[in-house]
Amino acid sequence: MSEIAVAAPNNSFVASRRRQLVIALIVFAAIALIPRAVSDVYTMNVLILTLLFAALSQSWNILGGYCGQVSLGHALYFGIGAYATSILFVKFGIVAWGGMLAGGVLSALVALALGYPCFRLKGHYFSIATIVIAEIGLLLVHNWDYGGAALGIQWPFNPDSWWTLQFARDKVPYFYFVLGLFAVTWLVTYAIVESRWGYWWRAVKDDPDAAESLGVTVFNSKMGAAAISAFFTAIGGGFYAAFVSYIDPESVMHFRFSLLMALPAVLGGVGSLWGPAVGALILIPMAELTRSYLGGTGSGLDLVIYGLLVMVVSLTQPEGIMGIFKRSAKKADAKVEA
Amino acid sequence: MTTQAFLQVLASGILIGLIYALIAVGLSLIFGLMDVVNFAHGEFLMLAMYAMFGLVFVTAIDPVLLMPIVVGVMFVVGVAAYAGVIRFAMRAKANPGMVQIFATFGLALVIQGLAQYFFTPDYRNIGNSWLGGKTLNLGGVYLPWPQIYGGVISLLAFGGLYLLITRTDFGKALEATREDQGAVALVGIDRNRVFALGWGLGAALVGLSGAVLAVFYYIYPQVGGPFALIAYVTVALGGFGSIFGALVAGLIVGVVEALTALILPPALKSVGVYSLYLAVLFVRPSGLFGRL
Repeated sequence: MSEIAVAAPNNSFVASRRRQLVIALIVFAAIALIPRAVSDVYTMNVLILTLLFAALSQSWNILGGYCGQVSLGHALYFGIGAYATSILFVKFGIVAWGGMLAGGVLSALVALALGYPCFRLKGHYFSIATIVIAEIGLLLVHNWDYGGAALGIQWPFNPDSWWTLQFARDKVPYFYFVLGLFAVTWLVTYAIVESRWGYWWRAVKDDPDAAESLGVTVFNSKMGAAAISAFFTAIGGGFYAAFVSYIDPESVMHFRFSLLMALPAVLGGVGSLWGPAVGALILIPMAELTRSYLGGTGSGLDLVIYGLLVMVVSLTQPEGIMGIFKRSAKKADAKVEA
Repeated sequence: MTTQAFLQVLASGILIGLIYALIAVGLSLIFGLMDVVNFAHGEFLMLAMYAMFGLVFVTAIDPVLLMPIVVGVMFVVGVAAYAGVIRFAMRAKANPGMVQIFATFGLALVIQGLAQYFFTPDYRNIGNSWLGGKTLNLGGVYLPWPQIYGGVISLLAFGGLYLLITRTDFGKALEATREDQGAVALVGIDRNRVFALGWGLGAALVGLSGAVLAVFYYIYPQVGGPFALIAYVTVALGGFGSIFGALVAGLIVGVVEALTALILPPALKSVGVYSLYLAVLFVRPSGLFGRL
């Protein structure tokens, strides 16, 4: 009897995990078909940015959502990735693939070095420290002559190729690259959240003191989450540099980027597998559309609408948009039980 | 470096530090009262500066005389922000910290967008005023009058705030609410009303600093950003919720910034402040005068 009682929920857990994975693979495959239907360059750009921010926010979510450490300084890691990739390519001829990897590793190391002092800080003290550290990074890069200082770095133009990751006319290859990046960040999150680390992170988020007393090494858990999160954020930054072929301090390290990486996860649903993607799917096209239709004149109406959206969603859906699904799923379960 | 040059830097640092303290104290007050960090704080400052600019433009009366009106307007803005946004953010059952951050951030974007819509992204400044462009020569140390005025206003505001909190019923209600939000209801204090007045007071204080700043600083829709960052650093350095901490930290920030500008290129003047802040925080995670 007792064996069955234990085995039953376990089986359903495995089944639901498998179902999640199958759904994800179907979604990725469906997204991969989009370029067949879309030929317009503007739409393609919006789609690429949407997938990029889905991937970035998924990376942010690992530290901010699952582990509960609200970083508002991820622009630093994005910038490290963008600068490492650009400098290695422009000055040393190392292709973006190597540059992104190097940027990712460097970024993870920086996250560990910064995590050592920062993870002693709690709540708002932690968030504000991350803003300030990213701002110091921005100021230093601004005055870094080797890195082009305020002028930034222009990528040379080369023939289209997957080797250099440069495509001047056809943007579809970028779409596939960034879809791949999003899929990888999703799969990594999927794999980790139900592992030992995933449980540690949620324990740390809910109550660090209780977690510590139950034998979770809170500090190491945070460090692990920070390193993984920073690694993928930097790869996104490296991709962005290749995609736009020109970077300067403001365009990759501004505080705005830190918020843009956190926002999709927050509005979609922090600490949920699909939250960042859902949030990015709403926010990025919305931002691009309002900007092209209302912001072109610099009137500021695009900001008003964007701000209202952020305000209304965060006030009415504190659990994010994914919270609606969770609630309706709970209701359905309740009905079945009744 | 001569003693005189050093005194010049020190005096400038103290004067701007007093203004930083005044910008920060409203943020700290609101945080101490209800654990909310207002990410639209810089936009409140910007709004006050535009309010002053608009009033001077329309009435042609000197900014010094218009100051009380700007402060009054900002008090209303603060109460409205509480009633319209923050009240709902406080009710969030899940992720309250993030809801507050992003609800106030959304509010910041709306205010910035509106400022851009009504005033365009152009840089404005108040050209003629009684104090504008005049300096005081104090034995070879030159101090601009607008900054002296700002420093004096800041000290008066801190004095007034101290009296308000220690001597009035409202101050006692404020203190009681921050101690225990639940218990105050038992003695007949309306928590919501205290919060709304707290937001009004916080916004009025940042409004006062905006009214002072508008006399000698450029006014544009993004002007709040850099000042807000300084304010967050000041509040975290002094300790969230500590009013005395905001004053001391503001002075430290002003002086360190001025001294850094002597050593490093001007573009890096904030690096000194930020580094000091981080160093202090790593030794005292809750700031100089903070309670955690």
